[in-house]
Amino acid sequence: MIDVLYFAWIRERIGLPREQIESSAVTVADLIEELKLREDRYAFAFSDLAAIRVAVDQTLVDVTMPLKGAREVAFFPPMTGG
Amino acid sequence: MAVKVQADNFDLAAELKNFGRDAGAVVTFTGLVRNRPDGTLDHMLIEHYPAMTLSALTEIETQACARWALTDTLIIHRYGELRPGAQIMMVATASLHRAEAFAAAEFLMDYLKSRAPFWKKEVTSEGESWVAAADRDEEALKRW
Repeated sequence: MIDVLYFAWIRERIGLPREQIESSAVTVADLIEELKLREDRYAFAFSDLAAIRVAVDQTLVDVTMPLKGAREVAFFPPMTGG
Repeated sequence: MAVKVQADNFDLAAELKNFGRDAGAVVTFTGLVRNRPDGTLDHMLIEHYPAMTLSALTEIETQACARWALTDTLIIHRYGELRPGAQIMMVATASLHRAEAFAAAEFLMDYLKSRAPFWKKEVTSEGESWVAAADRDEEALKRW
């Protein structure tokens, strides 16, 4: 099981802040494809990959990142701190 | 060296009371909630990723300390519901000379903008909208 977290408008589009997912995805990109096939709200949230950033176990990564051993994957828009 | 992530407001004078005592130069920057040009902002909602925020800010601080000879640093970033004019965040840097302190403060700000896991939403009487990241913020990282 993997903890998947959503923030900002991705959280709003999907309608929940986090969930546990049983997945055989090898990379982050595979996980996104799996999620998109679930329901329209996921497909909507992940419709523009250029607008999505990913952290695996709280570290920013590229979507090509392997998920082996990952406990937490977070999806969010580009950050707007400061 | 300190990093704080909090909902509560902060008192700039109190935070700086014992900051950089042995330094020759202290630079501080405070970010405030900016109203919309038409003055319609009711409040800003700042969301963050609690499990990642502190480590991301600490990593940025560590990078600054590796690049410049800083005697002290402080980063405070708030989250939650903030009214126009409210303090959102501050950075302070201390060094023997001002050039390092100014440069490090700008570096911290540039990285906070696009590498710290915060998201801002503007709420007005008309509705609400997420603040989009500006291309210039990503561009600003390239100078470092």
